[in-house]
Order: sequence, then C-alpha cells, then structure tokens
Amino acid sequence: MSKKVLVLGEVREGSLRNVSFEAIAAGTQIADGGEVVGLIVGDSVAGVASELVEYGANRVVTVEHPHLKTYTSDGYSQAILAVIEQEKPDAIVFGHTSLGKDLSPKIASRLNAGLVSDVTEIQGAGDDVVFIRPIYSGKAFEKVKVKEGVIFATIRPNNIAPLAKAAGRAGDVSSVSVDITNLRTIIKEVVRKSTEGVDLSEAKVVVAGGRGVKSEDGFAPLYELAKLLGGAVGASRGACDADYCDYSLQIGQTGKVVTPDLYIAAGISGAIQHVAGMSNSKVIVAINKDPEANIFKIADYGIVGDLFEVIPMLIEEFKALKVGA
Amino acid sequence: MNIFVLVKRTFDTEEKIVISGGKIQEDGAEFIINPYDEYAIEEAIQKRDALGGKVTVLTIGGEDAEKQLRTALAMGADEAVLINTEDDLDELDQYSAAYILAEYLKDKEADLIIAGNVAIDGGSGQVGPRLADLLGINYVTTITSLEIEGTTAKIVRDIEGDAEILETSLPLLVTAQQGLNEPRYPSLPGIMKAKKKPLAELELDDLDIDEDDVAVKIETIEIYLPPQKAAGRVLAGDLSDQVKELVSLLHNEAKVV
Repeated sequence: MSKKVLVLGEVREGSLRNVSFEAIAAGTQIADGGEVVGLIVGDSVAGVASELVEYGANRVVTVEHPHLKTYTSDGYSQAILAVIEQEKPDAIVFGHTSLGKDLSPKIASRLNAGLVSDVTEIQGAGDDVVFIRPIYSGKAFEKVKVKEGVIFATIRPNNIAPLAKAAGRAGDVSSVSVDITNLRTIIKEVVRKSTEGVDLSEAKVVVAGGRGVKSEDGFAPLYELAKLLGGAVGASRGACDADYCDYSLQIGQTGKVVTPDLYIAAGISGAIQHVAGMSNSKVIVAINKDPEANIFKIADYGIVGDLFEVIPMLIEEFKALKVGA
Repeated sequence: MNIFVLVKRTFDTEEKIVISGGKIQEDGAEFIINPYDEYAIEEAIQKRDALGGKVTVLTIGGEDAEKQLRTALAMGADEAVLINTEDDLDELDQYSAAYILAEYLKDKEADLIIAGNVAIDGGSGQVGPRLADLLGINYVTTITSLEIEGTTAKIVRDIEGDAEILETSLPLLVTAQQGLNEPRYPSLPGIMKAKKKPLAELELDDLDIDEDDVAVKIETIEIYLPPQKAAGRVLAGDLSDQVKELVSLLHNEAKVV
C-alpha cells in the first residue's frame, strides 16, 4: 500500500543540506507511489521550499517563527508535532545529522513510535520496506523493520542517492502557523570550528591524519589537500589524544563514522577502532611509512612513504588535474 | 545533587564481530562500559564532588552487567542499580529501554541524569532523549562542557564540529560527547570500596511493568557482516611516479575525483 511520507528539510546557513535531498529520495521509496511531503522549519525558510519539490517532494509545508531561528528540541518538536498532527503521515524521514539525532528520539517518544536510526540503505517499498543500518560502528549490519505504528527513520548522509533535480518542477508550498512557547533552552552562541565549511559526516572526500602527522602543524598539508578536493579533515584517536587536533575530528568506533567517496588515510596505522569508523568509504587510499601497517589491508590503493613527501606531491598532481578548481 | 548515570555494557572496541546462528557471538568476548558512558560517570563524580549529593549508576541487562556497575562504583559512584530483564524479555529496543528507565526514575527526583551520547554497539543514541521526554525534563545531547550554578546549567555541545553554547535549567538529562573530561581509572582502594557499595537488582515486576508495555517496535530480521574488501593495491616504483599513478587511478579507474 502506498504511504504518505513526511520528510524534514534541514536548513543550515540559509541552504538546504544535501542529506535532505537524500531523505526525499528515501521518502519516495517508502511512499511507494504515495505522497511525499517536505517540511521546513525555521524563522525565514520559505525561499528554499521549492528546492525540495525540485528534488522530488510532491509539496512542502513550512513552519516559520522567530523562536525557530536556531534549533532547540523544544521549539522544533512543537513545530513538527503540529504538522504531524495535521498531516498524519504514515512515515517520517529525517537526516541522521546533529539535529536529526537530537530531535528524532523526542518526536518518536511523543508518537509512541519506534525509530530506526542511522539508516544506510532502504530495501523494498510501502508495507514491505526494510532498513539496513550499521551496528558496532560498521563492524556489522542489521536489517530491521518497523512492527507497528508510524515508520520513522533517520538516514545517514552520503549513502542514499538523491533523485535527479528537476528544475522548475512545481508543487504546492503552504505554511502552518504554530505558537512556539516555553523554550527551556537558550542558545547563546555557536562557535564555528569547522573552518573549511565542509562537514565531516557529509564530506565526499575525507583526508585523515594519525599519529604519523606528528604535530598540530603537521595537519597543514592535510587541510590544504582537503580544501583542494572540497573535502574535510578527520583524524584517528591517536592524533586527537596527542593533542594534534580537536576531538571533533575523530573518526572511529568512538568519534564519527564516515562514508565518503574518497578516504585518504595519512600516517594512520589502521587500528580496528579506527577502521570501524571509515571502512565503508567507497575508495580508501593509505599513505604510511610502515609497509606492514594494518591500514593497507583495507585500502584500495596504498603508497608506502612519508606523508610529508607524498601529500605535497599529491597536491601538485591534483592541481595539475584542475580538480576542484 | 541527586545524579543518575545511564550505563551500558558493550563489547570491547578491540573485539571483532563474529556471527553464528544469526546472532552476534558473545562467547569469549571482552566487555566494557560503553566508552561514552565512562565520560558520563566521570562527569557525575566531578559534579558530586563539587556540589555534594549522590551518584547512582543504572543499567538494564543481565547478571553479567554487574561487573560494569562494580567498575563504575570503583571509579567513585555511590550506588548501582541493575534492572535485570534476562528472565522477562527476549529483546529490547530503544522504546522499551527508555520506558523501563522512566518507570524506575519517575519518582526518584533526579536533578541530573547523564548518559553517553551513543552506545557503540546499537549506535542509535535514542534512549537518553526518549527518557527525558518520558520524564518531562529537558535534555541536551553531545555535550563537551557542563557548569552548574544553582538550578542553571551552562553547557557547550558539539554540533558536527562546531560548538554551541547554551543555557538551560535543572532537572536535566545530558549525553556525553568525547572531550567532556578524562575518565579516571578505578584505583585499588576504589576497587576494594566498590565491593561494599550497594548494588540493587530489580526485575520488571518490581517496577510494575507488564511485558506487553515494553514490546519492541522494531524487529531485527537479519544481522550480517559487511562484504570483505578485496586486497588493495600497494603501488611501487619511484615515489613521484606512484603519486602520478595514484591520481590517475582515482580519476580514471575509481572516478572519485
């Protein structure tokens, strides 16, 4: 049976995030010919609503309120629950982002519903839909289904391909007025630490450094390469523990789990905990002085050598290819 | 301060996952306190030492989880509670775990509940926020700093690498992100003392929970290992030729740049 699916479009600094287009594709599959309704929440977000339609939503509902300018679980849940009450969707899809992780359990709790978090693949459609998600940080996968109630899932960025954008595709955009009250949390400030502006979990290219990077300054060539390729910099626990970089860069069983198109591991030995966080990347390149390093066992391509020699050469070669230029 | 810490027993991060009979093999595996929960325990101990009060560590599981609770007591927690579901439930999902915890905590007048932001086994990160919702209290996830003055909490939380600075009030549930603190190792005197600290064991009956109340909403159909990657190609030759070859392979063969 076809389903009505509500998909949250997440706006960051005025633009919809890529994962929201991926969520529309996920919603379309679950809908199985049913209606896909986009939902955008914020203080002034109606301008981007049509983009969700271009990526496949049948129509879009917006909730705008000054109290929704920055995300709070109280504010956003009031807005979204009001729309759920009105639309009565059979299924709901969020991105498995910082916002999605924080908000989805609260919404699920309110709906007395199950929630399938961090989905990397959807199989089947409609009533037969099943979800694949990593467990043990990607050391294994589980296939699950929702037994009863609303089908609610968050999808991991970079795993479900968005539908082709159909510029000019038309769909209704309507707004719902919700009174947002009783916010218990006040956001004072957001300090941007991710200087290059590409989020690690959504990046198509990740350049990660380990103990072999040797110092905070040693990360400079990694940042240069990441910037050239439009990617983000990550790190192993070893590099974080040694204070070469912030813990927010850590990839692994503790830390972030990433699945970019290209993962370049520089000076990373490949401990099992680190591998758990990146082994599902599409292409893995290892650069390490130690030919016996475990990382070579999972790398598609390996170069045995000093990263401080190899990375500057790589930068020159990529520049010659005019990548990212 | 009446502080509760949610703890989960998980596989050691060193463990490889072996599946047999459709289930993850636990025989012979080493178990630890979920690493993010260690930050939660440490933070609770520090807050109690600074502000007074009591730290209770709480878990759902079987008899085996006593070991992790004893470790938390050895670190410095005051009391431990094991909600033993071994005999009553075959399966547990995030909905049922949050329900059970809420039934236990609803009359405990917790000022602060701290959990890890995610368990490294199931990896859903749902139980903390779900529990806060069931208790009707506020929550903040993935925190890297917590200051409490009276009933006000000043918090820094990690949002995808950026730092969000916020203020909220108790009672409160927070989930710990890496960087919150440096969890201590249990000391020898701590381990000795832990043996005498109270560890209560409850079952669903003690909480007046009916098995039907905690029927799972999500059903696992299959568990499997990721496909084995074929052995990679370590390039050879002059270093500058290797770099040229790599860029060419990434561009022409893998087509990722």
